[in-house]
Amino acid sequence: MTIEIKNLEKKYENFHAVKNLNFIIKPGSIVGLLGPNGCGKTTTIGMMLGLIKPTSGKVIIKGKDVENESDRIKILEKMNFISPYVELPKKLTVKENLIVYGKMYDVINLNEKIDTLIKDLNLFEFKNRKTGELSSGQKNRVSLAKSLINSPEILLLDEPTASLDPDTGDYIRTYIEEYALKYKTTILLASHNMNEVERLCSEVMMMKSGKIIDKGTCESLISKHGRKNLEQTFLKLVRE
Amino acid sequence: MKISRMYALSIRHLYLIKGSFPRILDLIYWPTIQIILWGFISKFFTMYSDYYSNTIGVILSCAILYDFLFRSSISFNMLFLEEIWSRNFTNLFVAPLKVSEIIIALTSTALIRTLIGIVPAILLMSPLFGVSILNMGPALLLLFLSLYLFGTTLGILVTSGLLRFGPAFENTAWSSLFLLAPLGCVYYPLSILPEWLQYISKFLPLVYIFEEARSILINNVINYDNIIKALMLNLFYFVVAVIIFYFSFYGARKKGTLVNMGE
Repeated sequence: MTIEIKNLEKKYENFHAVKNLNFIIKPGSIVGLLGPNGCGKTTTIGMMLGLIKPTSGKVIIKGKDVENESDRIKILEKMNFISPYVELPKKLTVKENLIVYGKMYDVINLNEKIDTLIKDLNLFEFKNRKTGELSSGQKNRVSLAKSLINSPEILLLDEPTASLDPDTGDYIRTYIEEYALKYKTTILLASHNMNEVERLCSEVMMMKSGKIIDKGTCESLISKHGRKNLEQTFLKLVRE
Repeated sequence: MKISRMYALSIRHLYLIKGSFPRILDLIYWPTIQIILWGFISKFFTMYSDYYSNTIGVILSCAILYDFLFRSSISFNMLFLEEIWSRNFTNLFVAPLKVSEIIIALTSTALIRTLIGIVPAILLMSPLFGVSILNMGPALLLLFLSLYLFGTTLGILVTSGLLRFGPAFENTAWSSLFLLAPLGCVYYPLSILPEWLQYISKFLPLVYIFEEARSILINNVINYDNIIKALMLNLFYFVVAVIIFYFSFYGARKKGTLVNMGE
């Protein structure tokens, strides 16, 4: 699924959150979206999901305009999302949450799909526990399972490993990496973790004050700005 | 429109109710308390007033009807608030759910939630006070339908406010019905109100519903004009509420509140 962002803008009353954004994400690629807090990453993802109405411009996914209500529903059937700022109902068990979302996405052979995700993401021992009782690492794995329940062709990941310990973070990264390779999933990854972005992304877009200030492969950006790694490149760009 | 999606949103809330005894208790507690409280108030009226010849029956039946309305509205609001409180709100709106599917799912789940609360109260009426609202006969179903429509309408309106203005609108969810109760003439006839207030009250379907309930209970006469007026007004307000909900949804998208609701 190709994602095309054309002249995308979002203005609030006294704040210009996203300014004339243009980019294309090719099917099966993992693209990183980097930028300091408040630079417009979440607003961009919100517009891609149809949660935020753009002031102007378009989000076209697989040739369909997200702003068209019936197209938006069709796109959302093939898409999913994960963010540390969004949680699953705490009082429902892990399995109940997966059943609810599986049915919402109209997943065929839902029980089989849930069993596979539970096995793949090591959720078996707490599948009948309430989601709110789990550790943040375990909750993160459940959220990841929810985001994969509909076998999405596009996955929007907003800081998927934020506040996780290195071991759990690495587990999640490895899983996403293998999953994307196996299923050719198109992924947009917004992250503050530069190692994560270097490891997973074939291309990176740097955002600042609502604009993309540079983009390219990690290696090309590092060498273009004469820095040792992506983190230093990022710091140079945002501090300029 | 897909049944499975609406079913999914319903079972999300039924799982919540099923898995929490305090929630079930909370659903049953208030209607039961209302019945007991009003039962004793009515008993007092029977002893010291001759306004109604069947005071307990009338007051208690109106209390049950009003509680049904209250539960319908609050249940709808609660289902929505649960999503905000659990920070699950954004997950719902990135799922392929149409706005119409959300409204239908919440409306039908609110009915289940309301019935869990109201059925024990109805069953308690007879052994505790020797009266039963079921004696009102088939017209009772139409009155319940009207109240359910109005309760849901209020729920949709409050939810529209929550969508548009965020959790700050929560207090309105709790107070919405208390504001309308005095004008709805739940426990007294319309003629009690000052004349100018009567004109305003006549825009509320509640007036016709409760006037009719009293008419059935006291005179044993069913006036279908009142029932039809109430249903027509309810349908009108329901359609207006749904339109407002759609506007609020698009307003929330414009304002960006769907992304950070609950934070």
